[in-house]
Amino acid sequence: MESVVFYIFATAAVLGGVMCILQRSPVASALWLMSTMFSLAALYVLLGAELIGAFQVLVYVGAVLVLFLFVVMLLNLGQRSNDLRGPSGIAAALVIAGLLGIELLAVWRYTPSRLAAEVAQGPAMLDASAAFPAGQAMRQAAAHNVVQSVAEPLFRTYLIPFEITSVLLLAALVGAVVLAKRRI
Amino acid sequence: MTQPYIPILLLIAFVIANAILMLGLSQVLSYGERTAVKTAPYESGMPVLGDARERFSVKFYLVALLFIIFDIEAVFMIPWAVAFRQLTDISGLLLIEMLVFVVILAVGYIYVWKRGAFEWD
Amino acid sequence: MNPELKGYMLLSVIKMLVVFTVVLVGVALLTLLERKVSAWMQNRRGPNRVGWGGLLQPAADGLKNILKEETFPAEANRLLFLLAPAMSFIPALMLSAVIPFAAPLRLDFDFTAGPLGRFVHHGLMPMVVADVPVGFLFVLAISSMGVYGIALAGWASNSKYSLLGGLRATAQMISYEVAMGMSLIPVLLLSGNVSFSSIILEQSRTLWFVLPLFLSFFIFLVSGFAETNRLPFDLPEAESELIAGYHSEYSAMKFSMFFIAEYANVVTVSAMVATLFFGGWDVPFTRADESGVWYWVILSHLMFFAKTFFWIFFIMWIRWTLPRFRYDQLMALGWKFLLPVALAYIMVISGAIYALEHLAGVTSPLTRAMALTVVSLVLGILVFRVLDRGVIVSGSQPRRQRLEPDLLRNPLGGRTDGVRVAS
Repeated sequence: MESVVFYIFATAAVLGGVMCILQRSPVASALWLMSTMFSLAALYVLLGAELIGAFQVLVYVGAVLVLFLFVVMLLNLGQRSNDLRGPSGIAAALVIAGLLGIELLAVWRYTPSRLAAEVAQGPAMLDASAAFPAGQAMRQAAAHNVVQSVAEPLFRTYLIPFEITSVLLLAALVGAVVLAKRRI
Repeated sequence: MTQPYIPILLLIAFVIANAILMLGLSQVLSYGERTAVKTAPYESGMPVLGDARERFSVKFYLVALLFIIFDIEAVFMIPWAVAFRQLTDISGLLLIEMLVFVVILAVGYIYVWKRGAFEWD
Repeated sequence: MNPELKGYMLLSVIKMLVVFTVVLVGVALLTLLERKVSAWMQNRRGPNRVGWGGLLQPAADGLKNILKEETFPAEANRLLFLLAPAMSFIPALMLSAVIPFAAPLRLDFDFTAGPLGRFVHHGLMPMVVADVPVGFLFVLAISSMGVYGIALAGWASNSKYSLLGGLRATAQMISYEVAMGMSLIPVLLLSGNVSFSSIILEQSRTLWFVLPLFLSFFIFLVSGFAETNRLPFDLPEAESELIAGYHSEYSAMKFSMFFIAEYANVVTVSAMVATLFFGGWDVPFTRADESGVWYWVILSHLMFFAKTFFWIFFIMWIRWTLPRFRYDQLMALGWKFLLPVALAYIMVISGAIYALEHLAGVTSPLTRAMALTVVSLVLGILVFRVLDRGVIVSGSQPRRQRLEPDLLRNPLGGRTDGVRVAS
């Protein structure tokens, strides 16, 4: 049952990604990207990471892609075909595809035990050996509540990264205004 | 754990089916022919001048950008708010953490305000 | 599938069908109610020809809309033009799935239905279609998808009014979504969980959150109006400027779907206000409503219905009470007023909770809620004073407005800047 749902949403995510780059109309591309993001949120829920799923929809579907859609409408790109076809475009595509392929091969070599061993060397938040058996995260989420299992490590262990995020957001805020209101 | 989402999945399918049914039924039962006047965009009876898809004010774009930033801020606040009364051993620290976070963003907010990003004229 | 899961599925499907039907029929009746309330407030009769007192008017409207001619603007992107009403309709109707509409019901059954097998259910059944642990984050996430239908409708129509309406609506909805999200953080501070059931339980143990979190309630209500594009924030479809805004080019069922979505959103906002700030299904002054006995469940449902209905009526009431905002005022209210107030309120409430729990040593939730009520009411009075002065919301042209009374009193009164404004 769960695997059926997984394959439906996984297919939808991949299909959305492929269609996103195949569409000529930028608005249609943005919509396909939205369906990919939504399917990813469903996959997160299937993994037991409901909070991340909700945030995925809230931030990516509800905010980032709205910006994309806005920009596409704003710039009025239409159906013009000033795209990157031609020998240099194909060469760039091949190089990028090759790099991505190498990255995927590297991921392929990971096994759960190797991942667990590497996590164990990082900042400790959980017993790494106990973190990976199936269902552990879900049991923990059920024992607290879905949000708290994210909140505890975020505000205890990863406190400094959290604070640095605010500086990042500040930079984004200033950058947005500088870009958009250059003349004032 | 994923059990509560089964009804949601069912509901998505059900609502989508309903939407398709409504649109389809209306298409099938619709009558009349398309004429040039009927399919022209509505402009209060004036002859249509030019295309609607003009470039728009950069204001809308700026609003969307600012929205993302403050939305992410709200997203960070949600786990903090839930944890605030449950991680009792560090609640003072949590308060200061969020105060720092908000103050840093308030600096940006004041800057954005002073630069006139919220003025709509 | 084991018998427990089957029982769960059976109940889920029943609840889903019932809630979906009630929402759709309710929305249809709301269109009638809206017209009746409008008529009542303007001393008219309203629709009264179809059925008893106009009761069948929604059915007649629905039938008419199904049979009407579908028009497609020549320049429109046909697929997106069709997709837009569906994109508006689907999220709007998904939202009602997670809001609990009555106290949990104790329900035990164990039966075998021929080839379908055995169905078992024991214990309390939550009276909600999907009792998701992410609670109102689901509502926030899905309602943020409602923007797409409107933005797409505006863009796909390729008509100037539609595009302007769609852009206005999108900018307005995303602006107020920030304030709405921030206004709910204090609710989390008090309830300690995002799920609706724990928020309702916390309110039934202490006070309804409208008292300790008064400003949150106010901000949520205002942003709720803006999110549903209702007056006084109906700039996306301001008749005098934009004909019908983003759905100018829509006819027949496609138009109906936008209409259904708008009213479904009104229902959701009202139900959210009732649940988050007025205790949801909680019957005040008793805890017997959590027992799961059937008559308490019915009573709790009536409470929920009464609260939700009041806020639906309130939204209609405001429509005929307040004039429409100007667009710059709308943006100023959202970004310059509601957002900073919501942020400051979060810090004040969390500081107050910290002071009460760790410095004053208050342990009783009821005492804490009462202390927060005092804080909130004082803050509320301050905020309303600021709002009343027009310092923030008339912010786009404050100087000119300040000068107007002087100009009226003394048109040539030697003030050079005043004369410039007058010309």
